[in-house]
Amino acid sequence: MTYDFQFDAVFASWDYLLDGAWLTVRLSFGAMAIGLAVAIVCALGKTSGPKPVRWLINAYIEVIRNTPFLVQIFLIFFGLPSIGLRLSPDVAALIAMVVNVGAYATEIIRAGIESIHKGQIEAGLALGLRPLQVFRYVVLKPALRTVYPALTSQFILLMLSSSVVSAISADELTSVANNIQSQTFRSFEIYIVVTGIYLVLALMFSALFAGIYRLAFAYTVDRR
Amino acid sequence: MIRAFGYNEFLFLLSAVQWTLMLSVIAFVGGGIVGLFVALGRTADVKPVRWLANGYIQIFQGTPLLMQLFLVFFGATVIGIDMSPWVAAAVGLTLNTSAFLGEIWRGCIQSVPRGQWEAASSLGLRYPGLMRYVILPQAVKVAVPPTVGYLVQVIKGTSLAAIIGFVELTRAGQIVNNATFQPFLVFSIVAAIYFALCWPLSLLSQRLEARYAAPSR
Repeated sequence: MTYDFQFDAVFASWDYLLDGAWLTVRLSFGAMAIGLAVAIVCALGKTSGPKPVRWLINAYIEVIRNTPFLVQIFLIFFGLPSIGLRLSPDVAALIAMVVNVGAYATEIIRAGIESIHKGQIEAGLALGLRPLQVFRYVVLKPALRTVYPALTSQFILLMLSSSVVSAISADELTSVANNIQSQTFRSFEIYIVVTGIYLVLALMFSALFAGIYRLAFAYTVDRR
Repeated sequence: MIRAFGYNEFLFLLSAVQWTLMLSVIAFVGGGIVGLFVALGRTADVKPVRWLANGYIQIFQGTPLLMQLFLVFFGATVIGIDMSPWVAAAVGLTLNTSAFLGEIWRGCIQSVPRGQWEAASSLGLRYPGLMRYVILPQAVKVAVPPTVGYLVQVIKGTSLAAIIGFVELTRAGQIVNNATFQPFLVFSIVAAIYFALCWPLSLLSQRLEARYAAPSR
């Protein structure tokens, strides 16, 4: 092999890479938090809303799940300005990620909600809890616990797929890598290092989620 | 000069669908073949083989598909091969698909009750026969719905080939958009075409799941 590896160019812009990674993390957490809220509302609407609402939520889920994320980003970033809504790349990226993860998470949480036995809800109501309290304590929390593994792996997939938003030049990790690449031409070195950073981020996210599980759902540990 | 979006532009998009489909088929078939070995490695009795397969899956599931495509594309030049975006996309998507299918099929293989393994081996079947005649036929039944469902992910994944410059449906959409400057219309049509490809598969996957799940419960 005659290729001469030069990692100096990569490590010379280490700060820049870390900035990019930090934006990836912020975008991911922002999209997770908002996406989770969207998903809980949509899952509630899908399981107990009136028919038109259910139909609308279904359409949202099917459209998002059956089209590529990249096309969704293009529609939001390039398409929305043509109807008068101009967005910065970062905001467009966040919106695209929320819309995307919202659809997947809705299906996951719906499955969790449907796994709650009807008797539980009736018992909650019989104890005098108001419907909203029943939803919060009897339905939502156990449902989230049941689907927690699926939900968190969806979140990690979201973080990884955020690299696609580099296509609209949001300043996250992959975009930063592209910029460094176009200045130094050390393509392979840059991308192997950035791939490594993504792997570390994915491992950190899954460790964090395991920690959150222990804090939030500790009461169930001995029951299983 | 800005062109209007007309019949020709629409035909251009439609003709790009063949490349999306071609890429999907290659990734799916290639990924299926490699994925079978990944799944077998993941369920093997030999520990280092299991670790190797596990590492393979972890790396491909823990890094972005886009980075994998970049690494194949730029990595080829490192070892002195001049790779076209088309080959790079096919290789990258095949490797990625194999890791995900391998993990899905591992679950299917392990869903075959332990007693079946023990019965088969006590009948004198060695590993190849045991897999070929006892375990895999039962695992396939479980595997069909999630595999069809994953095909949707493969088709959507091919859109990333646009970023490394291969002209499939999404890249064709960008090209048409650059000429017509009607992004909302163009990308809506592109999205609709993807939807038309993927939705039937999603529905089929759901229906298969319902059919296979019913008798065993």
